[in-house]
Amino acid sequence: MSKPASTLKNMILAMTIVAGLSALILSISYRITQEPIKKAQDKKKLEAIQAVLPPDYDNNPYQERLTISGSNIELYPARQGTKITSVAMKTYSNNAFSGRLELIVGFLLDGTITDYKVVSHKETPGLGSKVTEEKFARQLRGFNITKQKLKVKQDDGDIDAVTSATISSRAVLDAIQRAYDNYIKFSTLGN
Amino acid sequence: MSYIMIFISAIFVNNIVLSQFLGICPFLGVSKNSSTAAGMGMAVMFVMTLSTIATYLAYHLLLIPYHLEFMITVVFILIIASLVQMVEIILKKVSPALYQALGIFLPLITTNCAVLGIAILAVQKDYNLTHAVCYALANAIGFTLAIVLFAGLRERININALPHAMRGTPITLITAGLLSLAFMGFAGIGN
Amino acid sequence: MSNQSYENLTRGIIKENPTFVMLLGMCPTLGVTTSAANGLGMGLATLFVLILSNFAISLVKNVIPDMVRIPCYIVIIASFVTVVDLLMAAYLPSLHARLGIFIPLIVVNCIILGRAEAFASKNTIWQSVLDAVGMGIGFAGALTLLGIMREILGMGSVFGWKFVAEDADTMMLFIMPPGAFLALAGLVIVFNKITGAGK
Repeated sequence: MSKPASTLKNMILAMTIVAGLSALILSISYRITQEPIKKAQDKKKLEAIQAVLPPDYDNNPYQERLTISGSNIELYPARQGTKITSVAMKTYSNNAFSGRLELIVGFLLDGTITDYKVVSHKETPGLGSKVTEEKFARQLRGFNITKQKLKVKQDDGDIDAVTSATISSRAVLDAIQRAYDNYIKFSTLGN
Repeated sequence: MSYIMIFISAIFVNNIVLSQFLGICPFLGVSKNSSTAAGMGMAVMFVMTLSTIATYLAYHLLLIPYHLEFMITVVFILIIASLVQMVEIILKKVSPALYQALGIFLPLITTNCAVLGIAILAVQKDYNLTHAVCYALANAIGFTLAIVLFAGLRERININALPHAMRGTPITLITAGLLSLAFMGFAGIGN
Repeated sequence: MSNQSYENLTRGIIKENPTFVMLLGMCPTLGVTTSAANGLGMGLATLFVLILSNFAISLVKNVIPDMVRIPCYIVIIASFVTVVDLLMAAYLPSLHARLGIFIPLIVVNCIILGRAEAFASKNTIWQSVLDAVGMGIGFAGALTLLGIMREILGMGSVFGWKFVAEDADTMMLFIMPPGAFLALAGLVIVFNKITGAGK
């Protein structure tokens, strides 16, 4: 079979057929993968929420999630019966070393941090990425925001920054502070 | 984010070539002498700014309203490829002098991953249109700066004697590594 | 297997290795190889797209008019990249997040359009697939090798298995951007020494 000549009709025909086939393949694979993609994203959040909250709740915090108005921060309330005992929040900082840092943090209602999990970051592997590790995270568990100063020691606070990753450490604290400020704003408005 | 910060961050701190690794092919391939490197830089600046405007509009006016965000790769590469073709044809007719200067670089730009990369990053970062344009322009300036500096270094290296195994690719890569090391000195500015 | 097929399959692995010899697809090579697993993941994603695109393009090569050849190839490649992108987001979400922008950028990886234009548009389907497998393995192998080297030097681990103390000082430089260039330079020197190229 010889190649069709490059006439306008042939060219338009060829492009249309190729584009049509491509659209077909794409829409099929989009349909197939849409559900698993959503599940994978939910699973990641769900695991982080379960990891940061004390395990004494009996609802599904993720299903009761709400977005705090005027921000991108999500709040997941954990309840015992009808009483809220603690909250998990998805928060972020744009002051990280590179790009945006997102984490999920859990609070008791008196401002005590239960734990946090970084869900996405673009920090330098091996340096800034150490803010996801135990050595740094340990200091924040049980840390009370209302009583202690949530800043690194370089800024006269109570937290030891990760060596040579002060900026990433500040970003984690910034994100947690943002979550707490928004929680306070929300709870004073809401109640 | 202020405009100045976008420029400083894109040109020095997160240089597109030396720290984000976009546009490495032209960076290594078209940097044998300074004037060609400058020509390539100008062509990239022109195309990157135009294509970011076009892809940004397509994303917000076409893909989002019809929930076709998953088509982003196909749509963007087609827009960029046709835009480059169009620019080539228009330049040839309207400004032969400019075409003389940039013409030979234009076909290479379609497969320059920096152009597609910046178009995608600009919509991922939730910029508004003016921020997106500044972001594209700033990254293009960063690209030009890196490639011109690099061409200057290579011109000097070519007149030195080198061990056999180091000639050609290896010394080029080592030079690029040292340049990238120098740019790391800017890290952390603006935080 | 005939001589011709053998030649097409093995060409990409050593003699025309896309990374060490042809210097193609440098962006993902340098950008994602901070660990061995990332390098392998990126290499396999590219291998997959390369096989599909070489197959599809050699299938349609006789019905596409010359003038619109390149746009058609780009659409075909971009569709397969999107398929891989969606599949990875669904079934390998953490790898997908780590490779980030470099997955859609497989479209503009010069290896893929280069093989489509230089090989698949002129050869039979079977030979094109063999060529894609060879080139893809050459690319994936190079990325994995570079990833292993950078991970050992920079983190003191291989595929996440750490063989130095938890807080030992490693050569962090190698997982930062400059280290990518330097590590690749080192590998190219060794590759040239072994194959006797670059004289």
